[in-house]
Amino acid sequence: MDISLKHVEYRYQKNTPFERLAIEDVSIDIPTGVYMAIIGHTGSGKSTVLQHLNALLQPTKGSVEIGEHEIVASQKNKNLKKIRQKVGIVFQFPEHQLFEETVEKDIIFGPLNFGVSETEAKERARIALKQVGLAEEILEKSPFDLSGGQMRRVAIAGVLAMEPDVIVLDEPTAGLDPRGRKEVMDMFYSLHKERKLSTILVTHSMEDAARYADQIVIMQQGKVVKKGTPEEIFSSPTELVEMGLDVPEVVRFQLKLEEKLDMKLEKIFLTIDELSSAVAKRISRGVRS
Amino acid sequence: MKNSIVSLKDVSFQYDTQERYALNHVSFDIYEGEWLAIVGHNGSGKSTMAKLLNGLQFPQSGQIHVCGIELNEESIWDIRKKLGMVFQNPDNQFVGTTVQDDVAFGLENNGIPRDEMIQRVGDSLKKVKMEKFLYQEPHHLSGGQKQRVAIAGVLALRPSIIILDEATSMLDPRGREEVLETVRLLKEEKSLTVISITHDLEEAAKADRIIVMNKGEVFREGTPEEIFSMDEQLVQLGLDIPFSVKMTKAFRVQGIELAKQYLSEEELVKELWTSRSNM
Repeated sequence: MDISLKHVEYRYQKNTPFERLAIEDVSIDIPTGVYMAIIGHTGSGKSTVLQHLNALLQPTKGSVEIGEHEIVASQKNKNLKKIRQKVGIVFQFPEHQLFEETVEKDIIFGPLNFGVSETEAKERARIALKQVGLAEEILEKSPFDLSGGQMRRVAIAGVLAMEPDVIVLDEPTAGLDPRGRKEVMDMFYSLHKERKLSTILVTHSMEDAARYADQIVIMQQGKVVKKGTPEEIFSSPTELVEMGLDVPEVVRFQLKLEEKLDMKLEKIFLTIDELSSAVAKRISRGVRS
Repeated sequence: MKNSIVSLKDVSFQYDTQERYALNHVSFDIYEGEWLAIVGHNGSGKSTMAKLLNGLQFPQSGQIHVCGIELNEESIWDIRKKLGMVFQNPDNQFVGTTVQDDVAFGLENNGIPRDEMIQRVGDSLKKVKMEKFLYQEPHHLSGGQKQRVAIAGVLALRPSIIILDEATSMLDPRGREEVLETVRLLKEEKSLTVISITHDLEEAAKADRIIVMNKGEVFREGTPEEIFSMDEQLVQLGLDIPFSVKMTKAFRVQGIELAKQYLSEEELVKELWTSRSNM
C-alpha cells in the first residue's frame, strides 16, 4: 500500500491563541515495501508526520493518500477504521498501553475490534507472538507480570496481529538495553524482509537509519530538508553538520580523522569495518611512498 | 581522602510478585563529588537501586546511609531534600499545568519564598534551554522537552546528589548532550554528586567510576578504562562497548598498531595521527 503526503501542513489548535505550526509543506512518498527512516531532532515535526500516516491527524493544508483513501484538509473523513487496520503504529513505550488480564486477550483486542473472528484472532496472536520471539506459554499470563522487554514485545505483537500492510515505529527501542535494542531492530528488519512489510521508522538515531533504511527523510523545524538513500544522505556529511544535524558515529569519526590527518578517503563509509580497512590501506600506502 | 556520601551495606530487595531477588546482598559506597555510572541490562537491578536510594522502596535487609543519615521511613523526607531524582519517562513526573508551574511545584512544597522561587524557576529552565516555554502546557511538548523540564524541576531544589534514572534515554543525541553538559556544569559549580543509571555506554565512558550490575549483584566496579577492558564480556551481559573502543578493535584487526583502548574518539584520532607522523 502506497502512502503519499502532498504539501501537508499541520497547525495545532488552529484558530486559537495557542495555534502552533508543527509541519509545513511536507511531501513524502512511501512506496509499498520500502523501509524508510524519518529522522529529526526533538520538535522537528517527525511525530506529527507520523500521526498523519494513519489519519490520526488531518492536515490543515495539503493531502495524504493512504492506499485508495485520500485525507484532505477541512473535509470530514470516513472509513478511517480501514486505514487504521492497514497502517499499524507502534508508539513510544507501547507497553504502557497494555491493559488486559492476559497476554492473549491483549493481543486479540485489536483484531476483534476490526471484526476478526475469535478463533482467527487467537491464531493470529500465536503467530504474532512467535514473530516477536516470545514463547506461547505466556499467552495465559498477565502482561503485568512480564519484564519490560517482554511487555514491549507483547504490545508489538498486538499491532502485528492486525496484519497491517504498513508498520510505523516511533522510537521502538527507547529505554531498552543495547541487546534488547538490537533484537527489536533486527526483528522488525526480518519482518520487513520476509513479509514485504512497508516499514517507517521514526527515530533520532542516525545509526539505525544508516543501518536499516532504504530511504531516509530528514526533518528540521517542521520541514523536510533532505531525502535520499543512506549513501546519498551521508555522502555530504559536512552539509548535515552545518545544518545542525547529526551524522552516524562512523561518519563523524571519519570526518575527524580526515581533518587531523589532513587527507580525504575515497568516499564516506557507513560501517566500522569498511572504514577501518580503508584507513589501513591509506596508511600502509603512505608508508610505501 | 574520599568521603562516602551514600553507602549501601548488604542490601537485599525482592518484589512481592517475583521469586528472584531484584537486589542480592549489594554493598558499595558513592563518594562526594563523583560522577558514578551504574550500568546493567534491563532487569539487572539498577532501577530498583534508584528506588531504594530515594526511599520509594525499602530494602528487606541491609542499610542505606545518605549523607550520614540512615534511610528509613522517618528520615526519608530529609533525605529527599538532599537527593533529587529524574526518572526515565517525563510523562509520569509532570505535575504542573504549565512548564513554569511544573518547575515551581517542588519549590512550593518546600516553602521557598515567592521571589526566590521565580528566580530559581527561571534559572533552572535556562540551564536546560527551556526558558522560552514558561507558559507552554506539557502536552504540547515533545518527550525530550518534557524531560528537560523535569530535570529543571530537580535542579531548582538544589540537591547535593542527583540521580538520573535513564533520564536521557528518550532524548535525541543533541538533547542528551545538552542535558549531560548541564549536569556536568552543575556538578562542578555546586560540587554535586551525580549517580547516573544508564544504558548509554558513551555516557558511562565519561563518568569517574562505573558499577556494572548483573542479576541483582554488583558484577564489577572500576574506572571506565577498567570496565571497558572487559570488552566482549560486557556484550554478553547485554551491554555494549563505546564506539571508540570498537573502532580501536577494528583498526587492530586491520594490522594498525595501537597502544591501548581509547575511550574517546579524540584520543584515538590523536593516536593515529601521532603513529602516522612517526612512520
